Amino acid sequence: MMKIEAIIQPSRFESVKDSLLEIGVEGMTVTEVRGHGRQKGHTEVYRGREYTVDLLPKVKLEVVLPDQLVNRAVDAILKSAKTGKIGDGKIFLSRVEDAIRIRNEERGESAL
Amino acid sequence: MKRMGIVWCSLLTLMLLAGPLLAQQAPATSSTATPSASTSSPELPPAVAEKLNQLEGKVTAAQYSADNAWMLVSAALVLMMTGPGLALFYGGLVRQKNVLAIMMQSFLLMALITVLWALVGYSLCFGGSGPFIGDFHMALLRGVGAVPNADYAATIPQSTFMVYQLMFAIITPALITGATAERMKFSGTVLFMTLWFLVVYAPMAHMVWGKGGFLNASAGGRFPTLDFAGGTVVHVTSGVSALVCALYLGKRAGYPKQPMPPHSLVLSFVGACLLWVGWFGFNAGSALASNGLASSAFVATHFGAAAAAIGWCLAEWIKNGKPSALGAISGAVAGLVAITPAAGFVAPFPALAIGFIAGIFCFWMVTKFKSIFGYDDALDAFGVHGAGGTIGALLTGACAQMVINPIFGDGKAVGGLDGHWGQIGNQFVGVLIAWALATAGTIVILKVVDVTTGLRVTEEQEVEGLDITQHGEEGYNLES
Repeated sequence: MMKIEAIIQPSRFESVKDSLLEIGVEGMTVTEVRGHGRQKGHTEVYRGREYTVDLLPKVKLEVVLPDQLVNRAVDAILKSAKTGKIGDGKIFLSRVEDAIRIRNEERGESAL
Repeated sequence: MKRMGIVWCSLLTLMLLAGPLLAQQAPATSSTATPSASTSSPELPPAVAEKLNQLEGKVTAAQYSADNAWMLVSAALVLMMTGPGLALFYGGLVRQKNVLAIMMQSFLLMALITVLWALVGYSLCFGGSGPFIGDFHMALLRGVGAVPNADYAATIPQSTFMVYQLMFAIITPALITGATAERMKFSGTVLFMTLWFLVVYAPMAHMVWGKGGFLNASAGGRFPTLDFAGGTVVHVTSGVSALVCALYLGKRAGYPKQPMPPHSLVLSFVGACLLWVGWFGFNAGSALASNGLASSAFVATHFGAAAAAIGWCLAEWIKNGKPSALGAISGAVAGLVAITPAAGFVAPFPALAIGFIAGIFCFWMVTKFKSIFGYDDALDAFGVHGAGGTIGALLTGACAQMVINPIFGDGKAVGGLDGHWGQIGNQFVGVLIAWALATAGTIVILKVVDVTTGLRVTEEQEVEGLDITQHGEEGYNLES
C-alpha cells in the first residue's frame, strides 16, 4: 500500500483526475495549496508599490493505492500533469502501514 | 393629466407673451418670458389679465417641479457616493481583516453628520452672511421647509437644498478615512469626525458657498474663488487633513516592508464605478437647477473622468509596462476630483485637458511623491483628493469661461481663457486658505482626540485587525 502525493499546476488538475479515474483509482483527496520549488514567483504592482508573490497556487492530490496500481498511477499523473515548463510540480511516494474504513472498521487494502 | 395641463398652459402663455422673444432665442423662454407677465399690459381686458397671471403661476410651478425632481435625485446620487461608493472603493483597498471597519467609518458618517447637520451644521454653513462662518439662526432647521431660500436656490424648496448640501458634508470627512485606515480607533474616529466637521468643514463651506463668504464668487467675496462643486471645500480640505492625519498617526505596523496589497480590487472597481455615476449628482447637481448649466457640468464631469483614467493608465503603462485596473479606476477618481471645482465653468475640451493632467499628476503623487517622503497615506486620500483638488482648483482659474457661466456678470471675463489670468491668483488664495485651515484645524483636533479617546489601536489590535478588535465581527465568514 502506498501513498501518492502529487503537487501539480491547478490548470492540469482536471486532466490528472480524469486519467486517474480511467485506470481505476476510486478515491482521492484534493487540497488547494500554495508553495514554490525552483519556480520563482511573480511581482504585482499596486499604485507603484511592488510586491513579490513567491508562493503560488498549486493543487495537492493524495491517493493511497495497492502496490500493483502505483506505477500505472504515477505514469498517468506524469502524462497528464506535464506542461514541460518550470513549475509543473512534484510527486512524492511513501509506504502506508495500514488503512481503516471508518464505517465498518475494515482494514488493509480492502479498506481503500 | 395635471402635468399635461401645466405643459399646455405654459406653452400657451409663452406663445401669447413671448412671440417676438421666441423668434430670437427659443431656449431662454422660461427666464425671459415669465417676468413680462407680471407687468401685463393695461390694454388687456381684466379677464385675460387674470388668466395670464394664473398661467404665469403655473409656469413657475412647473419649473419648480422640474428643478426639485433633479435636485432630489442629485441628493440621492451624492449619498450613494459615500455608501456604497466610497465604502466599496476603500473597502477593497484595505486588507481583509479591516474591511468592515473602513466601511463602517463611511456608514457612521452617513448617520453622524446627518444628526449634526440638523442640530447646527446647516446653519453654520449657510446661515447668516458673515465672512468666515454662518450663525445659529437656522439651528435645529428652524424655518427650513418647502419655501425656497432665495439666497441660494430660488426654485427648489429649502429642505431640498438643505438635504443636498448635507450629502457633501457626509462624504468630505469620509474621504479622510482613507489616510487613517487600518490603524485608527473607532472611538477616536467618531470624536475626530465630529470636531472636524464643526471646525474645518463648516467654516470652509461658508467661506466658499455661504452668503457673504470671504471666498464666495457669486455673492460678494473678497477673493472670489471659483469652486463649482467643492474642489476646495471637499477635496482640498479632506485631502490635506488626510495628509496631516497620516503624518500624526504614523505608519501602519510593518509598513512599508510588509506587503499590504488590496484584498479585493473587485470591490474597489464596483465602488469606483458608483462614484463616477454619483458624481453627476455632485457636479451637475451643483447647478441647483435642472438647466443648461447642469448639462454643461454633467458633460465636463464625464469628460474629465475619462481623460484622467487614460492619463493615469498611460503613465503607468509607460512606467511599469502594464496598465492596471486599479490605475484606471484611481485615475478616473482623480479626474472627477480635479473637475469638481471646474465642472460648471469649463467647456468639454478644457475638461478633457484638466482630467488628463490630473490623471498623470496624481499618478506621480501616489507613486513617486509618497515614496520620497515616506508617509503612510494608506489609501492615498491625499494623493488623489488633496493633490487632485489643488490642481483642479488652479486649473479652474485658467480654463473657466464666461460663455459657460458668466458668474461675474454679463460680458465680464471669468478665467484665463477669457483673458482674466488673475483669476488663478484668486484660486490660489482659496486653495491656500483651504490648506491652512485644514492643517491647523486637523492638528488641534488630533491633539484633543489623542488626549481624550486616543487615536491609534494597540499594535496587537492592529495585527489582529480592526474588524474583530473594534467591532467584534468579521467581513468574511466563508466557512459558516
